[in-house]
Amino acid sequence: MSIARLAVTTERLDLDALIGAVSSAVEADAEGTGAITSFLGLVREHNLGRRVIKLEYEAYEPLAVRTFERIADEITERWPAAQVAVHHRVGVLAIGEASVAIAAASPHRADAFAACRYAIERIKQIVPIWKREFFDGGDVWIEGATADPDDAAAREDAYRRACV
Amino acid sequence: MRVSVRVFARLRDIVGAAELEREVPAGASVRRLWDGLVAEFPDAGAYAGSLSAAVNTEYAKMDTELHNGDEVAFLPPVSGGEGVATPRIGRCSTN
Repeated sequence: MSIARLAVTTERLDLDALIGAVSSAVEADAEGTGAITSFLGLVREHNLGRRVIKLEYEAYEPLAVRTFERIADEITERWPAAQVAVHHRVGVLAIGEASVAIAAASPHRADAFAACRYAIERIKQIVPIWKREFFDGGDVWIEGATADPDDAAAREDAYRRACV
Repeated sequence: MRVSVRVFARLRDIVGAAELEREVPAGASVRRLWDGLVAEFPDAGAYAGSLSAAVNTEYAKMDTELHNGDEVAFLPPVSGGEGVATPRIGRCSTN
């Protein structure tokens, strides 16, 4: 059974399923899959000197999925043979649980690494997902980037971080 | 005309609801709707320089014209992924 390659979910993330999804996607391509890279973002116990108890993620789901699609299109534009799958979890997550899972497949490793790194950098810039950190003594909404998909400088920054 | 408004994260806390319905004049822009919300919920004004907006689940500009029945979302700075969002570190190394 095939899974949605781009999704927001309340379920525990299954990286193997994402790897399977991108692997079969590239096999249709002439060169075939030569490399798969993956990324799992976890809930960390310490942030900015605070001891974190749990995180709560919230998404504007329809726009989040559309923005994943946009990022996948940007990846295809830059690395035409690469395929990515992204699942982001929402709800309350304990320390050590995975909040985001990414798999990137390509005929060659350089593009697979770059596409995977680019995906997480762009997610943090433009996908409408927020986290609330509960720590010893209180809680706070974490606010990062003003989401602007058309900001060329941000996109360029993500490419630079992807080491291309 | 009538539009629905969705707000998220800390902005939702400020407004005290995830979803609202508001009347706006015909031809009103996203900005007009936002200005009305800030008048109602002054603490939301802190987001004037960092806000994003979407209309009918597509990112939109503040000067986008609204239509009857539109769903407008106001989005504070995002923070998906792991760790702190977009730290100014992690530059690429060729090592």
